[in-house]
Amino acid sequence: MAGELKIRVNDQVRTVTAAPDTPLLYVLSNELELQGPRFGCGLGQCGSCSVLVNGVETRSCVTPVSAVQGKSVTTLEGLPAWYAAQKKLHQAPALHPVQQALIDEQAVQCGYCFNGMIVKASELLSKNPQPTDAQIRTAMNGHLCRCGTYPRVLKAIQRASRMMAGVA
Amino acid sequence: MGNVIRRDFLKTGGALVIGFHLGGVVSAQERGSAAGPPDAKQVDTWLAIHPDNTATVYIGFAELGQGNSTALLQVAAEELDLGMSQIATVRLDTNVTPNQGGTYSSASIQRGGPQVRAAAAEARRALLQLASKKLATPVERLEVSKGVVSVMGSPNQSVTYGALVGGKHFDLAFTGSAPVKPPSAYQVVGTAAPRNDIPDKVSGKYVYMQHVRVPGMLHGRVVRPRGQRAYGAGAKVATLDESSIAHIAGARVLRRGDFVGVVAEREWDAIRAARQLKITWEAAPPLPGSAGLYVQMRKEKTTDRVVVERGNVTAALDSAVHHVSRSYTAPYQAHVPFGPNCAVADVTRESALVMCSTQDVYATRGSLARLLGIPQEKVRVQYYEGSGTYGHSCYDDVAQAAGLLSQLAAKPVRLQFMRWDEHGWDNYGPAHVADVRAAADASGNIVAYEYAGWQHNWSGTETSAQLTGVAPAAWPASGVQEVNRLTCGGMYDIPNLRLLNHQVPALGYLKGAWLRSPLDLSFAFASEQTLDELAYLAGLDPYEFRKRNMKDERWLGVLNAAAQAAQWTPRRAAAKLSGAKVVTGRGIGVGTHLASYGGAVAEIEVNKETGKVVAKRLYGAIDAGLVVNPGNVENQISGQLVQTASRMFHEEVTLNTTNVTSLDWTSYPILRFEESPEITAVVVQRLNERYSGAGEEVMAACAAAIGNAFFDATGVRMREFPMTPSRVLAALKRG
Repeated sequence: MAGELKIRVNDQVRTVTAAPDTPLLYVLSNELELQGPRFGCGLGQCGSCSVLVNGVETRSCVTPVSAVQGKSVTTLEGLPAWYAAQKKLHQAPALHPVQQALIDEQAVQCGYCFNGMIVKASELLSKNPQPTDAQIRTAMNGHLCRCGTYPRVLKAIQRASRMMAGVA
Repeated sequence: MGNVIRRDFLKTGGALVIGFHLGGVVSAQERGSAAGPPDAKQVDTWLAIHPDNTATVYIGFAELGQGNSTALLQVAAEELDLGMSQIATVRLDTNVTPNQGGTYSSASIQRGGPQVRAAAAEARRALLQLASKKLATPVERLEVSKGVVSVMGSPNQSVTYGALVGGKHFDLAFTGSAPVKPPSAYQVVGTAAPRNDIPDKVSGKYVYMQHVRVPGMLHGRVVRPRGQRAYGAGAKVATLDESSIAHIAGARVLRRGDFVGVVAEREWDAIRAARQLKITWEAAPPLPGSAGLYVQMRKEKTTDRVVVERGNVTAALDSAVHHVSRSYTAPYQAHVPFGPNCAVADVTRESALVMCSTQDVYATRGSLARLLGIPQEKVRVQYYEGSGTYGHSCYDDVAQAAGLLSQLAAKPVRLQFMRWDEHGWDNYGPAHVADVRAAADASGNIVAYEYAGWQHNWSGTETSAQLTGVAPAAWPASGVQEVNRLTCGGMYDIPNLRLLNHQVPALGYLKGAWLRSPLDLSFAFASEQTLDELAYLAGLDPYEFRKRNMKDERWLGVLNAAAQAAQWTPRRAAAKLSGAKVVTGRGIGVGTHLASYGGAVAEIEVNKETGKVVAKRLYGAIDAGLVVNPGNVENQISGQLVQTASRMFHEEVTLNTTNVTSLDWTSYPILRFEESPEITAVVVQRLNERYSGAGEEVMAACAAAIGNAFFDATGVRMREFPMTPSRVLAALKRG
């Protein structure tokens, strides 16, 4: 049965009404009206619904909302502030460097998968700021794109890495 | 609507009289009438100038992630002399945007570009005439920059478009007679303007169809057997126990005939209800199954047609020095948008509003009106971009299903398909069987060519309608699903040629529709490999062989562009066979769809022990006439190359003898990052040619190039795809 739950999303504690077994995705989309995480397969196969839970990329379509209580959820919308906190910046940028690099590379086609792409790439660069091409491919391999944007996404992640290092 | 101002102009020195008056205030939100598309013969239908010196262009084509919404604005901005930041478009809406005939065949620039260009030129001419009066200067002495009209040599004497007409109707007939700019004067067209939609798509602000919510709505899900059955057979409910979801508060079963769905206030409740509903279905009639598919297609009583015949093919085949006769097969493949299709419908007794991701709001409106029993003029369809669709995925089906659920629930309903609905009930790109024969003389000139192809037609009735009891129909004959004279030998100079089409009956197979590069990918895979074999027999380099047999400058242009990008060096195919475990090969190919020209080179790696094939580098070239936005087209080429690699190595709709069994990304895998090839995209710009499509042709060329590269690497031909490890190992064993 639906009951009240408190969850921390993008640095705010939010009270939501949902059955504890409800996948986090539906709470984020329907209760909190966030547009980043989105339904792709409901099976954890594609990465469309990805969010960060305590900084770790997590498939929100197969994660019960009760499992994130007491943890910190960051969605696409919260990535610039999450990045600023990590880098100890005074102010959050408008976009995470990965987002900016995807614009710079004009990497997007339909863009539906880019929520997961951005979340995963941000997680990767937070752990490994200067990944090799092979490391990027391995990290991103669980994120599918039907339009075939992989080549430009690979370039964009390298570009974001350079931006974060201050060399671009 | 009172006329605020009226002006009649007489163009001196000519017989042309242009009369127009400025009418009522324009609203970008509500215009036209529900009685039909806005009148295409009025300039107001196409664009409006606002008081702040910006313009709205009304475009009847869907942004599908290909960037056409940006490119069509470039066309309008160019003719109007506006900056890209001053111009925008609006949502496709049957009450607002013109009927340009749907976003098909990658032809929105090809078909829409000339219309938008002519309308913008017409508006510019009218604006200059107004400015001429205002500034008391002949039109010939006026110039325009960013919507500011000024007197040549006297920039202070100026007036903006916004001040001239801002907010009023043109009430001007669209004659198509206004002169357009010569390509040599282009400043905006031909540049890689950044796409308008990308910033919001990466920030999360972009509203996809899947994000649309309306007040008071319920969430719905459809309930169907997992995996579609034979087209035409539908699925008949045997037993349905509504009490099986009584424990889910507020969840309800809705049904019309065998169309079954559930609704609930909460999305998760609707999903659970759809899963937990106890329902059984009557036994399904037989399908051929993956193993028997091609054999059954050949055995059918087909409708046969000679598509083209010239010369004496049989005699030429018999007398030639080199000849090849081969059979190929190609599987059903699926659109499977990355986010399953979604629609929101609000159907009342009198009217319907349906928001969905259709490629043609007007066609969808017609089918919804029939299904819901509401007059067409009372049905409004609005387009919201979903995830990439690559052809006729389930967007009409989900719109119909949402409409039915809303009508049955008497409330607005949001319906998103589950992954298995989209994978399992798609309108698949049809399977194909080909027999190809070709012959060359001793110098490598192709003297004879015959292509016989088997495939079924597209399916004209959506699953939702069919389940309510509407009889299945074939898609009205359009010719596109026939053996394509352009792809099958059409690029070569062949004196004796015959194309035979064997149309397999659609009933008893899977539901089919156009999938990006519709059948052309399959045609090119078979045709270009057959010709590559002739090159081999003639002892020629495959690029040289193609050049020798081509006269058309535009075909030669893409062939040369792809070869040059790949730094092609001449040698016969399979001349460097190696005994190593992992071998490499390269191949070249050409292909088309309707109007543009595609060329490709593939460099692949084959692991002879595991059977795994990976494309390492793919080069694609396209000639799409005048390319408005080369950056977008490069992105399209890149996407086509990657998607083709995915289709050649991984993608196959599987079926058993009752239903489809590939229902998710595990059972229908696609290419992943680890196998993503390096890409080189080449746009062959032809400023003085007409615009043509740029989203399909390279796929056919690339499929051919990959097939030919496999032979170069192994000395063995793959005559079927996808080239999965088991198929590759079997082919290598056969030799």
